[in-house]
Amino acid sequence: MPQDAEHIKDHFELFRGEEYKDMIANKRANFENRHPEAEVERVREWAKTEEYKDLNFSREALVVNPAKACQPLGAVFVAVGFEGTIPFVHGSQGCVAYYRSHFSRHFKEPTSCVSSSMTEDAAVFGGLNNMIDGLANTYSMYKPKMIAVSTTCMAEVIGDDLNAFIKTAREKGSIPEDFDVPFAHTPAFVGSHITGYDNAMKGVLEYFWDGKAGTIEKTVRVPNAKINFLGGFDGYTVGNTREVKRIFDMMKVEYTILGDNSDVWDTPTDGEFRMYDGGTTLEEAGQAVHARATISMQEFCTEKTLPFIAAHGQETVALNHPIGVEATDRFVMEVARLAGVEIPDDLAKERGRLVDAIADSNAHIHGKKFAIYGDPDLCYGLAQFVMELGGEPVVVLSTNGNKAWAAKMQDLFDSSPFGAGCKAYPGKDLWHMRSLLFTEKPDFLIGNTYGKYLERDTGVPLIRVGFPIFDRHHKHRYPVWGYQGGLNVLVTILDRIFEHMDANTNVPSQTDYSYDIIR
Amino acid sequence: MSVSTPTTIQEVKDRNRALIQEVLTVYPEKTAKRRAKHLNVHEEGKSDCGVKSNIKSIPGVMTIRGCAYAGSKGVVWGPIKDMIHISHGPVGCGQYSWAARRNYYVGTTGIDTFGTMQFTSDFQEKDIVFGGDKKLAKLIDEIEVLFPLNKGISVQSECPIGLIGDDIEAVSKNKSKEYGGKTIVPVRCEGFRGVSQSLGHHIANDAIRDWVFDKSEGKELAFEPGPYDVAIIGDYNIGGDAWSSRILLEEMGLRVIAQWSGDGTIAELEATPKAKLNVLHCYRSMNYISRHMEEKYGIPWVEYNFFGPTKIEESLRKIASYFDEKIQAGAEAVIAKYRALTDAVIAKYKPRLQGKTVMLYVGGLRPRHVIGAYEDLGMNVVGTGYEFGHNDDYQRTAQHYVKDGTLIYDDVTGYEFEKFVETVKPDLVGSGIKEKYVFQKMGVPFRQMHSWDYSGPYHGYDGFAIFARDMDMAINSPVWKLPHAPWKADPEYVAIAAE
Repeated sequence: MPQDAEHIKDHFELFRGEEYKDMIANKRANFENRHPEAEVERVREWAKTEEYKDLNFSREALVVNPAKACQPLGAVFVAVGFEGTIPFVHGSQGCVAYYRSHFSRHFKEPTSCVSSSMTEDAAVFGGLNNMIDGLANTYSMYKPKMIAVSTTCMAEVIGDDLNAFIKTAREKGSIPEDFDVPFAHTPAFVGSHITGYDNAMKGVLEYFWDGKAGTIEKTVRVPNAKINFLGGFDGYTVGNTREVKRIFDMMKVEYTILGDNSDVWDTPTDGEFRMYDGGTTLEEAGQAVHARATISMQEFCTEKTLPFIAAHGQETVALNHPIGVEATDRFVMEVARLAGVEIPDDLAKERGRLVDAIADSNAHIHGKKFAIYGDPDLCYGLAQFVMELGGEPVVVLSTNGNKAWAAKMQDLFDSSPFGAGCKAYPGKDLWHMRSLLFTEKPDFLIGNTYGKYLERDTGVPLIRVGFPIFDRHHKHRYPVWGYQGGLNVLVTILDRIFEHMDANTNVPSQTDYSYDIIR
Repeated sequence: MSVSTPTTIQEVKDRNRALIQEVLTVYPEKTAKRRAKHLNVHEEGKSDCGVKSNIKSIPGVMTIRGCAYAGSKGVVWGPIKDMIHISHGPVGCGQYSWAARRNYYVGTTGIDTFGTMQFTSDFQEKDIVFGGDKKLAKLIDEIEVLFPLNKGISVQSECPIGLIGDDIEAVSKNKSKEYGGKTIVPVRCEGFRGVSQSLGHHIANDAIRDWVFDKSEGKELAFEPGPYDVAIIGDYNIGGDAWSSRILLEEMGLRVIAQWSGDGTIAELEATPKAKLNVLHCYRSMNYISRHMEEKYGIPWVEYNFFGPTKIEESLRKIASYFDEKIQAGAEAVIAKYRALTDAVIAKYKPRLQGKTVMLYVGGLRPRHVIGAYEDLGMNVVGTGYEFGHNDDYQRTAQHYVKDGTLIYDDVTGYEFEKFVETVKPDLVGSGIKEKYVFQKMGVPFRQMHSWDYSGPYHGYDGFAIFARDMDMAINSPVWKLPHAPWKADPEYVAIAAE
């Protein structure tokens, strides 16, 4: 009997015991009707070849292990970043269960969100009644300051009109006349979660700036000295937003964070559940139209939002998830330029410390080959940083990246000898990446938690940077932006390299000579 | 609500009734009326829990429920490891459910096994406008090229499929013919169908009946049927649950010819009509196929409960009663073999857990099935409810599991659950990932009772030891002494729900 009350084995050890190993082997031998071992082995080897890669890349319909989610996830991300706001997703209810689970698994925090719970009858007659009842219930129960509405693909396929529905719900008294309900259509069959972020953010700003869906006069912009900040869909939003605020404060910049999720996804355990915490105030969201300029940390997350803002007379600047020295330099200098402030010496000192750390450690990264995947802007920021460290990106893949992204990546590769030979793969998935890891043979892979399957199958060690990170805790609390953030990413990369080195040099009397105490 | 801690059953009942009335006041009138039917205080001797169930969730209330797709792809079909399950439609559904359910298996993933992969048709706007049938056909061709060792394909419909009029049945039939009778199963589990995951289970069961059983009749078995052949039905091998159950059945002399569906294969599904008895753990998700096999193939089925030694013993004897003396003696030998272990586990943990109270809110069989395991450790379940139960679940709960005065909540809303916990102040809440952090913020110990909080198995004797350890570590963790800052005035400042 494997189990013992004094040393309780759970799944890690239990099923490695002889009794279970035999049981599972017998099940396989007698009842599973498996392919012969040799055949499995043959196909496993074949799947590593150039021939397989070519077949894999000729796929036109099948998507396997994509690194992207759907639009409403991005809309929920946006909504919870505003003060007292509850996301309301119009459509099937299962979707909302999925978004909430997904965010909770990443942030280890609650995510409050409601659904209009549409079913077969709504599919036939439309979801107007679901909207009317749903808004009334949410308003009574959860006492929000704002309800931000988005849609699932069900509501989009049947063509429900959010503007008209919300108007009707108002007329029927579901919510007070002047209660704020911004909205955005977020069809899951267009783009990805970053598109949803874009649509939802634009929806909120359009609502507040352009007359609250026709209920009041459009705001007339009276420019002030403030800077608006858009983080984009970001798995590190808690650490990043706090870091950016700290930098702005150091620089004495007047700013508005549009969509501040840093408190709602980092509430204390002190006996009280805070459904809402922090966030951009609705007042600030409205006043943000008057800002001098808006800076976006993720160009491909704000493809519609930035032009919308620019059309209101603001200067806009789009960055690509800046990570590292030069990318952060550009961020800081743009902020200084837009706000008309000096960059303080303290920040220059932080910069110097990051440069110092890179100088100390870059020898372990120089010349190493990296495969990178993730959202388009994150890929850009990571590739730029890897090259700055002397590493060589060889494959950069973004399932939700488009041709414009690929061209931009190519420009980046062309800008440095460390980018020579690197290729960007827009619209490809992690099964494509699997082939590339076999054929291009990078030293390390940078990606989210799902990269662990690639690590297992190909032996390429995974450095976890991205979204979602389910199997490591609290990474989202640490910034990857700013000079401090660059330091965090540097340490994350180095730690994995050193662990890999140690794991490959720890066999006594065989590889022990490289098992160094000082690295 | 300020109520002093109730001590008698009557006081508990009064407190619970008042609590139900209190939460209902937050709703608009129409909603309060509807929600009232789902909340109750259990009265001993009643044949059910006195709540309505399996009814549409109310818009906007923050139901915890999922959808039919989750019930079919996520629960029933997904764990069949040598088939490829296509999430047919937009990318999200498959993404959010990708490898999240911990259905353990062994196999070479991506080569002959596909459990922790996400296959999707990733619908784009043009697929919605022009239909997705051609894409599906091409996608199946591509699967056959790139994953030649797959043993079958299922098409798990997402919401748009049923709305745009695609004919996935025709595509599946044609492709099956083209690939020499390959098992290709269209499943109409669009998320808007039904009121919860539950209809998805039923649809998935029916799809097995129509597209696996009917097709495989007359197919030769890879083994000789024997007198002690059983199939495990409704165990998804979460954290290895089906394995820690199978080992007991085998030890008592039975031969397990199939696992439905954790670590399961298409061959096992096809062989199941040859079983002598189907043993059914998750009644909710797989009673349909069990009844079908009883009607069509004359296979009896028996429900069992492998949570906690009391229920395990009872279940082993019940299962054995369908067989001869050899198996009955085998059951007794298994019970005797593990007694020392369970006695030791109980001796170790019961003193640490005695008298602690638990509130549950889960799906499937767990709102009732785990109660015995808590009681084996001296704990009391004071509130329970089903995400997607039907009346027959509440009947079983009332007749065999819950105590007088237990608070019952069907399809509970986020608001209700928080308020209930705030007032009842249980020592432990067992629910899902969406609820976990809400209650931990309130300072209430919590275990995820869908995924076993990434631990497990919890089934069987080996699983009970882990269960006991986990409940102890949740409740007796030193962290729960820390939420209150010592310089704050009110030491009673714990468990406050959101306003």
